[in-house]
Order: sequence, then C-alpha cells, then structure tokens
Amino acid sequence: MRALVWHGANDIRCDTVPDPEIEHPRDAIVKVTTCAICGSDLHLHDNFMPGMEKGDIVGHEFMGEVVEVGSDAKSALKVGERVVVPFTIWCGECDQCKRGNYSVCERSNRNKALADKVFGHTTAGLFGYTHLTGGYAGGQAEYVRVPMADRTHIKIPGGLTDEQVLFLGDIFPTGWQAAAQCDIQPTDTVAIWGCGPVGQMTIRSAILLGAKQVIAIDRVPERLAMAKAGGAITINFEEESVVERLNELTGGKGPEKCIDAVGMEAHATATIDSMMDRAKQALMLESDRAHVLREMIYVCRPAGTLSIPGVYGGLIDKLPFGMAMNKGLTWRMGQTHVNRWTDDLLNRIQEGQIDPSFVITHTVPLDQGPEMYKTFRDKRDGCIKVVLKP
Amino acid sequence: MAYYDRSSAGDTLARGLGWFSIGIGVAELMAGRSIARWMGMEDKTNLIRAYGVREITAGVGLLALGDPKPWIWGRIAGDAVDMATLAEGMALGSKDNPRARNAGIAFGAVLATTAVDIVCAQKLHREEAHYRSLPVPDYSGRSGFPRPVSAMRGAASDAPIAEDMRTPKILQFQPATGQAGAS
Repeated sequence: MRALVWHGANDIRCDTVPDPEIEHPRDAIVKVTTCAICGSDLHLHDNFMPGMEKGDIVGHEFMGEVVEVGSDAKSALKVGERVVVPFTIWCGECDQCKRGNYSVCERSNRNKALADKVFGHTTAGLFGYTHLTGGYAGGQAEYVRVPMADRTHIKIPGGLTDEQVLFLGDIFPTGWQAAAQCDIQPTDTVAIWGCGPVGQMTIRSAILLGAKQVIAIDRVPERLAMAKAGGAITINFEEESVVERLNELTGGKGPEKCIDAVGMEAHATATIDSMMDRAKQALMLESDRAHVLREMIYVCRPAGTLSIPGVYGGLIDKLPFGMAMNKGLTWRMGQTHVNRWTDDLLNRIQEGQIDPSFVITHTVPLDQGPEMYKTFRDKRDGCIKVVLKP
Repeated sequence: MAYYDRSSAGDTLARGLGWFSIGIGVAELMAGRSIARWMGMEDKTNLIRAYGVREITAGVGLLALGDPKPWIWGRIAGDAVDMATLAEGMALGSKDNPRARNAGIAFGAVLATTAVDIVCAQKLHREEAHYRSLPVPDYSGRSGFPRPVSAMRGAASDAPIAEDMRTPKILQFQPATGQAGAS
C-alpha cells in the first residue's frame, strides 16, 4: 500500500510499504477513505518531537471503512462499517479509561516502559506519533491497523460526508475540550492564541458554549478572516499589541479564560523571547517555544483559567511561574479524551448545529501529501487545513 | 505578514549562507589571532573575534529564526564593515604591512561573498513579491454555523460536560456582591 513515511527532518515521502495485518484479536483493519494533516504533524515534520524513527508512517486524523476485524472486536465492529478513528488509542478497561481519561489510558501504549521513564507514567498510545506513544503506524495511508478497535472508533451513520465528520477524530473534540475545560460562563471573555485548525474549532466551541466575547490572536490574514467569520474579535499580533488590545477589550481586567492553540512552535521572530527560544532550540538548550504561555500568564485575569490544547514536547525555559502562582491561575491541559466528546459532537453535526468542514482549504491525493506538508507549514496558498484522499 | 518559503531556492541559498556564516564565525572566534597575523593586522585581533560573534549570530538567525531576509541584509552590512576593516589593512601598504597582499586576498573573498549575499537577498525579495501578487483567499463566509453567530452563541450551553472538566465552585469567579466561601 502507499503511505506517508517519515524519513527525517523535513523529509516525509509517499512510499510503498507492506499492508497492515491483524496482530491481536482486538485489532481491526480500516481502509482509509479520507485523512488530514494535523498541525501537530508539523512538529514531527520539523523534527521537534523526540522519538520518531525512519520508516514510521505518520497521520492521526483519519477515517474509513472497516475491512477486517479481529475475533475479540467482532462484537463491537463489523466489516463494511464506516468509522472515524480517534487519535488516542484506549482500552476501555483500565482505571483511567473508566474515568473517561482516554488520552492517558494505562494500557494502550505498547512502549509503556519507555514512556514511564520519560513522562514518569505512561500516556495513551497514539497513531503515527513517535515511539514514546507506542510507535503505531499512522493513518496517512491506504490502510491502517487499529489496535483495541472494539473501543477505538466512532461509528458514522449514513447521510454525512467524510469531510463533515473526519475532524471528530482530533481537531473538533480538541477545540471543544479546550473550551469545555475552561468551564465557560456567559460573562466570560475567552482569548484564543492561534487561528490554525484547532484554534478555529476552539473559537466555534467557545461561541457554542456561550462565551460573552471570543478574541482570536494570529498574524495570518486569511486565518484571522476565518476566525472573524466564526464570531471572534481578531488581533493581528504583527500590527498591534496583544496585551494592550486585550486589556482594552476587557476594561483593563484581562480575559477570564485563555487558550493556547499554538503549542511548541510559536512564531519564531515576532518577539525577543521567541527569538531566544528559537536560538536555544537550535542549540538544543530547550525543546519548546513558550511565548504564548508567557503571554497568557501575563494577560489572564487573576483567578482565571489557562487551557492548553497546543502540543508541547519537552522542556521550556523562562516561564514566569511566580506570576502564575500569585495570580492564582487554574491550568487545564492534556491530549484530548476524544471519545468522551464524540457522541455529543456527532449529534450536533447531524442536527446541523455546526459543519466542521468549513476549515478545509485543500483536498489532494495522498501522494501529494509531502508537498502539502510544506505548503501547510509555510502557510502558503491560504492553506489552513489539508485533507488527503488515499 | 512577512513571507518566506522554507522550500524555495532563495531560502535554500540563505540556509547555505547560514552554515557558511557559522563556519566563518567559529574560525574568526577561535583563530582570530592567527587570521589577524596572516593579514598583518595583529592590532585587530579582538575586532576579528567580535566579527566572529556577529557571523555566528547571523548564521543562527538564517538557519533558525524564520524569515531570512533581515539576516541576509545583516550579512551584507557586515560584509561592508569587513571590507572597510580590510581596506584599512591594505591601505597601510607593503612598507607598513608586509602582508597587505593577504588582506587584499581576504578583501576579494569578502567581495565575492557579498555578491552571493546580494543575489540571495534579491531572490528572497522576488519570491516575496510573487507571493504578494497572488490573490488572498476569502474565508470571510466560512463560519461553520447554519445561522448568524449571534443566533449560535450559547446554543450548546446544555452540553454534557462532566464535573472534572468544570472549575471547582470555590475557584470560579463569584458574583461581585456575594461572599465566596460563606455559607
């Protein structure tokens, strides 16, 4: 089969690789009909995430048709069923899964010993996202093996297109959880850093959950235009001061809820601290650029909440933690417990409350994936979300 | 928004110059005295080391800090400073500086590098001009909602959100007139 394969920094290729096979009775094989490049895939492409190996198949946002089911998954899945696959693999049986904390499933990471060493305790297995999270083959491919498939799926009813439901596997619940864990009140101002795909979903989620005011921060004009369409007041950080504008919009008090939809690769040249971070990254003195975290801590209203769906990979430097402590900020973060949200979100899509396909700007065949990684990374051609068709 | 394409010909050349900058910078920093002696400009040893720091900074900027254009122009300005320093060494003439010829060779090398820097800067600006000439896609109609935003605000306020995702009551913003924690 064909698949997008990681060969090193800035080197993802469309290769021919062996077809996946059932390896465990709980597995299923899914023929991928549609997949997407996620912003967090760029961290792999740019080689900022440790734990990738040459030959790894990437991609964790995909859906398709079940073509083979292991003996222990047959009660939950049937050949021919259409499923979106969540990026977090979950067993449904461990203590964390029973609590709904699927992204920290204690059993789905087959490289648990390695993750225990690096993270202290393992998190869930993820598709196509480093050997720290299991080294599972990803879904930017014609076929994919889904471990623990009796749990790790979202069944899709007829009448909905792939484009409407594909993002249930990652960015839609990720944006939703980012907003939900802020516990948005009707009096809240929610500031969201980053108007990429997750930022766009977070904006819509904050509006649906009833925020009084949603403010979106970015520098790319077309992304800001899309954010504005979704109901956000926009701030272009290259043209105006984020701190001054946020204070102006909140009567000098700061936003009650701040959401980081940027993560470890904050724009490298916008501010002195980002430039320092980038230089330190190049010299391997730190792994993540934390400008957004610093700015959120600074502007957030005391007793407010910081929500972090943006992916961080390792070590950050010069974080004003004293400021955060003294302001009494609440921190909420983590990978998304995808299946915790998907029944509700699927209903909302079916009812027509939201159509997540609004974010798609490019649809291309799988073999154009490597070039689209670069287009997406460089924000060329108005690119916000790339969908691939195997 | 500054435009740069990390796969373009201009950017590839800029990265090459970035590595070149780091190489020259390390050499100037580590072997400043030898370089100065070779050119008969021993009194400029510390200056050459400072130029090394400048080159390394430009190299890191070109390789790691996004838009390479400011760094390329920084390099061109640095080249001008280098040439002014070398011209001084050459101007001393063979009587005062028996190695003035070596300073001349270095001057020629810097001149050639400047030409490459200028070609690179031109390429990068041409690429930016091309990008700016492309039509900007209009996403102003992409709300994702079936009705105006004002009608959708709070439409999911009944969403089933478990207690562990809620802010504990005691940590929430309390009504301004209330006495939080009082029972």
